[in-house]
Amino acid sequence: MSSGGVGQLEAGAELAPLEIAVTRTLIVAGAVASRDYQDVHHDAEAAREKGSPDIFMNILTTNGLVGRYVTDRLGPGVRLRAVKIRLGAPNYPGDTMVLRGTVTEVDDSTGTAEIRVVGANGIGHHVTGTVRVAFGAVREGEGRA
Amino acid sequence: MTDGAITDGAITGGTGSRKFVTESYDDREHAGFQARLKKYEGQTAASSAVGKDLVNEPMIRHWCEAMGDTSPAYEGPDAIAPPTMLQAWTMGGLSGHTDRSSAYEDLFALLDGAGCTAVVATDCEQEYVRDLRPGQRITFDAVIESVSDRKTTKLGTGYFVTTRMDVFGDGELAGTHRFRILKYAPKERRSGPAASTTQQGAAKQEHAEPRVVPGAESRKDASPALRPRPVINRDNAGFWKGVSDHRLLIQRCETCELLRFPWLPGCNGCGSARWDTVEASGEGTVFSYVVMHHPAFPAFDPPYAVGLIELAEGVRMISNVVGVPAEQVRIGMRVEAEFRRFDAELELPVFRVVDGSAGAGDAEGEG
Repeated sequence: MSSGGVGQLEAGAELAPLEIAVTRTLIVAGAVASRDYQDVHHDAEAAREKGSPDIFMNILTTNGLVGRYVTDRLGPGVRLRAVKIRLGAPNYPGDTMVLRGTVTEVDDSTGTAEIRVVGANGIGHHVTGTVRVAFGAVREGEGRA
Repeated sequence: MTDGAITDGAITGGTGSRKFVTESYDDREHAGFQARLKKYEGQTAASSAVGKDLVNEPMIRHWCEAMGDTSPAYEGPDAIAPPTMLQAWTMGGLSGHTDRSSAYEDLFALLDGAGCTAVVATDCEQEYVRDLRPGQRITFDAVIESVSDRKTTKLGTGYFVTTRMDVFGDGELAGTHRFRILKYAPKERRSGPAASTTQQGAAKQEHAEPRVVPGAESRKDASPALRPRPVINRDNAGFWKGVSDHRLLIQRCETCELLRFPWLPGCNGCGSARWDTVEASGEGTVFSYVVMHHPAFPAFDPPYAVGLIELAEGVRMISNVVGVPAEQVRIGMRVEAEFRRFDAELELPVFRVVDGSAGAGDAEGEG
């Protein structure tokens, strides 16, 4: 493992927060990059007809941001092994989401660690979940198709 | 979800469920419906479905650009796909899915038919066992894991559907993806020119579950909702007697002559229980106000302005500000009380903006 970030991995450690400006552009770009053309992610009028005050971020974008947050903070030497998220308060345009993470478990025998992630916006917790990363060398057979 | 077409969003706050205390025909009918839904558990949602694109650099780059992800792992000759893209490779995109199982389609049609026309994603659990790299062909299998009981959420009443998908790259398992969505009848629709399908669906749901969709009365109802009645008691009966005589009465302490409103048994200044009344001139100014847009309460037609009116006599009173569009109400506007009849039994004082009156907001100009 070459990453400096991983050396700090210990249970209880907190990752520096990451602020995400929830712009209309981010919501639409994330939806399109994830091939999600549900109108509630790009068409405000259609979203309102479905009972939502505005368009809102899709779950794939949230998933991608959570993954990015953890690998940004722990460095390129870690690999994502699992991302499990639950959504709460929607991410509407104009809001800011602050992602925070706490290392809850480090297992040196398997070379994995678990991080609890919470993303809070102006109306509550947008996302809560856990991310498991591998910080050892990429396991045998992986990384090859 | 095996789905691509469905994804996303969120349930607002908790999903507190409403309690049903009576067993009725509706409940029994619903139990039958629920049993039909449960039959879909364990059924195949997609089998050997094929991703529309091979894993490829442009889609990876677009993803990283959108997410702001600059990890070197996703660039260059040894690039892997961001693991969180797992579901993206399975999405139907604008042209939709062609290889969805009929069980999956049927379940959704059944829910649509019950008024649960809207969908929102609530949970996504992914495990990654093997990196995906450009050039790999994606295939996936999916199964409907569970369909929940009926749940009432802040968005509306509906059912959680959980699917589990195995995603393969060139035939080898790359990861698993468990996805939960809420398929629901939207609780409230803004009146718009084109609220067609959702409204029809929701109306069906209201028919089946009249208690589940509170406060969704529309102006088309046979018996329009009435405004709430004032609570009249010994302490305030004199005020409402005044209203019925078209007189706006303020209490005055007989001991210290302090005026008070709303009506109370004792003086706020000296504590004396002795009082008489003075009739307000009805003139006042907007001390503060709000414009109500949401939520829409029965018998109220948003947007409407609710003003805190400072009467010429000095006490403040709350009621609707009328005579100008709600968005033109401003602090400082001069108003005059009038009595408006809302239904056969209810007449209330409201405040009409005096012609030519300008509030503080006008002086500041508007953007």
